[in-house]
Order: sequence, then structure tokens, then C-alpha cells
Amino acid sequence: MKLEDEVVRRQRERARILAWLLGAFVVLLFFITIAKTGINW
Amino acid sequence: MNVVTTTADVALPADWRDLLALTKPRVMSLVVFTGLCGLLAAPEMPPFVLGFTAILCIALGAGACGALNQWYEVDIDAKMRRTANRPLPAGRIDRQSALHFGVGLAFFSVLLMGLATNWLAAIMLAVSILFYVLVYTVWLKPRTAQNIVIGGAAGAFPPLIGWVAATGHVSALPLLLFAIIFLWTPPHFWALSLFVRSDYAAAGIPMLPVVAGFENTRRQIFLYGLPMAAAAIAPWPLGLTGTVYGVSAAVLSFVFVVLAARVLGNRATEPRYMEAEKHLFAYSVFYLFALFAVLVADRWLVS
Repeated sequence: MKLEDEVVRRQRERARILAWLLGAFVVLLFFITIAKTGINW
Repeated sequence: MNVVTTTADVALPADWRDLLALTKPRVMSLVVFTGLCGLLAAPEMPPFVLGFTAILCIALGAGACGALNQWYEVDIDAKMRRTANRPLPAGRIDRQSALHFGVGLAFFSVLLMGLATNWLAAIMLAVSILFYVLVYTVWLKPRTAQNIVIGGAAGAFPPLIGWVAATGHVSALPLLLFAIIFLWTPPHFWALSLFVRSDYAAAGIPMLPVVAGFENTRRQIFLYGLPMAAAAIAPWPLGLTGTVYGVSAAVLSFVFVVLAARVLGNRATEPRYMEAEKHLFAYSVFYLFALFAVLVADRWLVS
């Protein structure tokens, strides 16, 4: 594999992981807010 | 962006697996487990999501410690066979990226802990990270053979943090859990440092076997095993746990002391003859897992 291809592959892989982590963080913050405000579902 | 300069002078971003390796996942697993047990042993339970977040923050804080430790010790790691293939000494990540990653994780974990649980737990998490990085890694480790004795306090924080995240205050049982890990750390690391002594000597780390010799280290391992066993059993007579924990702690600690006595009786100076030390090191990991697991079982299944 060419070095440029490896660079692109790693950048894409990291961007995908970061997107998932950010999404998970948003969901976590949402549930933290719900739990802290004591809303019962 | 994390980059390393390759021979072709093309910027290569660090692989995410190397970033993960910076957090020392195996060490993190023990930290997370003891933190979780501290939280589960508490008399009051927070909502699931807050408990989960507290453990996540403990894990991220431990990851920050691992990253900052490797950032600071890159030269030392490069000299030791056991650590030479870590991402920094192997050149797969540059130092600045590791520093940014570690500091970022540290701030994020403390902030999230404060927002999700309480600020006492967040302060304790911050103190444990600072203690591990500044007091242990930067100050004590390269200077004194007592590095692991005092530095062990950093690793003893997680159950205390887990408890405080759940309850918002400190009490006798989490302080005893702190004491158990604090007293467990020296015999655990000294058993390891006996059979990797040459690595530490080559890197110029003044671990006890390097500075004080094999016999003295073996004596210290045994001597630390006794108060550790006492601290492990103490919650039972103090009425903080039930009989299941008390009997289990007594049996587990007895085996620990017997293995430490075997180490005390060993005269070997070559790693290949240090079966007793290797057994004690392996058992010490099992011991801590089992002790904390029994503590939670006692709290949830029996008491």
C-alpha cells in the first residue's frame, strides 16, 4: 500500500471513530441531564 | 493532529490503536474494576447513567495517567525491553500528540465527573491524576526506591472515587479500600521488579532490587504483606462487611502471605529461577480482583 493511501485510510478511520465518540457523548449528556433533573419516564 | 515523520517525509497520522495503547488498557481494567467495586459497595446507588459516567471518568482519568506517564518516560521506555515497543519509543506517535491526548483526557474526565456526579469526586479524580503524573512519575520514580510506596496512593484512589461519586462523602470503608491498595502496591511491583531487575537497572530507575538488593526487597515484600492482609480483613471485625467478605479476605490474604514467605525464602538472583516471585506477582493481581469482587458480592448478595 502506498504511503498516501495509508494516510487517507488512517484519517478516515480516526474521523469515523471520533464521530461515533462524539455521538455517544451527546447521547450520554442527554441521559445525564435527564438523571440530574430527576425526570421519571 | 497526531503525526510522525517517516523516512519519506510524509506526515502519517497516528493509528487509533496506538492512541488506545497510550492509555495502558490492562492497567485501566484493574483501575476500572476497583472503582466500580467502590461504587457498588456504597450504601446508596446513583442512577445507572450517573454510575456509568463515574466509572467512565475513572477509566478516562486512568487513560490520561497512562498517556502522560508514557509521554514523560519515553527515553526510559526505549531502554527497557518490556516497554521498548510502546507507541512513543517505537516512533509511531510523536511526543506532543501524546501530551495533548493525555492532558485532554485528564481535563475531560474531571469536568465530566464534576458535572455528572459531584465535585468532591471530581477533585479526588484530579488529585489522583496529578499525584500519579507529578508526584510519582516526575518526582519520585526517577529519584527514590520508595517511589512505589508513596506513588501507590495514586492507584489507591479509584474505589474511593467510586464511593464518593455514589454518596458524595467519605467514610471508613472506602478509606480501608484505599489502604488495601496502597499496601498491596509495593509487594505487587517489587515482585515484578525482582525478575525484571536488569531492565530497571539499564533504564536507571532506582527500584528497590536495584538499590537495596534482592534480599532486602524480598524482606520488604513480606513485611508489606502483613499490614496489607490486616487492612484487607479489617472491614469484617469493624462491622463494615459481612462474614462472606471476612472469611474470603482472610483466606485470600493468608495465601498472599504464604506466597510472600516463599519469596522471602528464595535466594535466586537469576529471573529463570524466580518462580516464587512470578507466582506472587500473578497471584497479587488475582488477589485484588477477588477481594473486591467478594466485597461487592457480600454487599449485594448477602448483607
